[in-house]
Amino acid sequence: MIENMNPKAEAIAPNEPVGEKRQSYWHDLFTRLLREKPLGTFGLFVVILLFLTGIFANFIAPFRLNAVHLADRLSPPSLKYLLGTDQLGTDVLSQIIYGARISMIIGVVGTLLSKLISTTIGVTSGFFGGKFDMIVQRFVDAFMAVPQLLVLMIIMSLIGNGLFQIIVVLGITTGISSSRVIRSAVIAIKSNTYVQAADAIGCGSIRAMIRHILPNIMATIIIDATIIMGVIILQEASLSFLGYGVPPDVPSWGSMLSLEGEKYMQQAPALALWPGFALSIVVYGINMFGDALRDLLDPRLRGGIGQYALNDKKLKKLKESIKIHQSAP
Amino acid sequence: MGVYTIRRLIWVPLTAILVSMLIFLTVRFIPGNIIDTMESQIAQFSSGPLPPRLALEHALGLDVPFYVQYARWIGSIVLHGSLGTSLISGSDITPRVLAALPVTLELSILAIIVGILISIPIGVYAALRQDTITDYIGRSIAIVLISVPSFWIGVMIMIYPSIWWHWSPSVELIPFIKDPLRNLGMFIIPSVVLGTALAGSTMRMTRTMMLEVLRQDYIRTAWAKGLTERLVVVRHALKNSLIPVVTVIGMQIPFLIGGAVIIEQIFVLPGIGTLILQALSQRDYPMVEGVSLVVSTFVIFVNLFVDLTYGLLDPRIHYQ
Repeated sequence: MIENMNPKAEAIAPNEPVGEKRQSYWHDLFTRLLREKPLGTFGLFVVILLFLTGIFANFIAPFRLNAVHLADRLSPPSLKYLLGTDQLGTDVLSQIIYGARISMIIGVVGTLLSKLISTTIGVTSGFFGGKFDMIVQRFVDAFMAVPQLLVLMIIMSLIGNGLFQIIVVLGITTGISSSRVIRSAVIAIKSNTYVQAADAIGCGSIRAMIRHILPNIMATIIIDATIIMGVIILQEASLSFLGYGVPPDVPSWGSMLSLEGEKYMQQAPALALWPGFALSIVVYGINMFGDALRDLLDPRLRGGIGQYALNDKKLKKLKESIKIHQSAP
Repeated sequence: MGVYTIRRLIWVPLTAILVSMLIFLTVRFIPGNIIDTMESQIAQFSSGPLPPRLALEHALGLDVPFYVQYARWIGSIVLHGSLGTSLISGSDITPRVLAALPVTLELSILAIIVGILISIPIGVYAALRQDTITDYIGRSIAIVLISVPSFWIGVMIMIYPSIWWHWSPSVELIPFIKDPLRNLGMFIIPSVVLGTALAGSTMRMTRTMMLEVLRQDYIRTAWAKGLTERLVVVRHALKNSLIPVVTVIGMQIPFLIGGAVIIEQIFVLPGIGTLILQALSQRDYPMVEGVSLVVSTFVIFVNLFVDLTYGLLDPRIHYQ
């Protein structure tokens, strides 16, 4: 059917390399991630591992959630309790596995909410500009002047601990503070001629934002989403650590480290070691993945003749490139 | 430059007013009846008979419309220099805030110094050896520093040394004037923990900026005329790439204070963080509002300072 509509299509086709299957953009991105970014691949692996652990926590964890074994309180790591138990005899490994589920839910839902808010604020503020932009940005300024953790603690102390509450609060606060990034991307895109052309043919603001701006800032949104996911997971842990996060019966990595258990941690240091380790690995993985994604999606920071490493081979290359530049008219 | 400075200075009080409104409205309008929570809290923290509800509302100033409450709050700050009255102790909270502020400031300043000492050398070195094993190690260290939560490191430092060597950090605060050495000794571990958290993003910024600067024509010229690596790096590249790094450090101040809240809690330092956590757990909202306002105003002034020095450091920037 396409051939009928476009008679030139057949004429173009023979010029394409024969025998090499054309890959989709995302497939190409994935291959490049595996090939060029070992740490990014490791990050992706950690994220997938977090998701699998979170989804199948019931099947992986050796004990039920919050199962109490009073006879085995604070027992050291053994075959029965691989990472030992806490002051109530709850298996640390099981709690960490269930904690992965909480981190996953908060990370994913919080990030989606956060991106929804930051994209709405950033796109409208950047697209309309002028007075509207100025007023919105002054509020964002004011919001960002108050340290995030203080805002989070105050709001959580007022609305009470809870999984739903913390997701909403973290989504909104990170959404407001990360709207700046989206706004700058929109302003950069807005000056392109195709946006002006859309405006000239009478394209409405909403249509222009959705059809012309949004697809072109997708890379920024995706890169920022990975960063925000790490931030949200870390902030949830910090809040739960301080006692302003999820309720005590929800197994959060942050609350497992809480200072209330400090005297038990002195007796069984594994209590403090492993939840923090799990948290660090997950945040590290997400950051590494985000980093690799940025390199792959945002080519501005790569390549060119800018790779001035100072060994002889590279220096020779550099000198050659200088020669090329000099010989050019 | 002059016009920009004046415009920037005008924004300072405006932002401060917006911040005060945000803090005020957050505390007043978020669901949950403050009076109910306060009654149970006061019963817990003071032994006397419960004050009547109306008196409580009067103490909070809740018996008048919210804009009158706001005007009273701002009025007492501007006219009397008083941040309000504590609901728990009944006395002015300003002296307590002023007593806690130096502790947090010392912790933060030391943390910034530690952060700079770690991040800039590694960042520069990673950029010079881009895409080599050194670069990967440097970048990995940066991301490890960003990823590992400082409260975990703090908890580990509280636990393991006490198990291995029966050592634990001092709990009593020693003022700097009384014994500078012991005071610094007390602050050094908390500020290293806080500083490493800061170092990660500064290191990444240093590396990125170094890479950007190393691509400039004048660096190529410097290489081409045969300058040594040391001269090119220190005199030509580093100086120019440090300017944005200053901004990044300034931008991290709010996060630094957030981190300080946690670190103070772990190492039992009587700073702003301890004060606000105590106030939150006692539902002492005037204290919460007062501390938040002081901290935010401080952040606004740091941002102003960073913005203005940015223009002075980099003459290429022309403000409009």
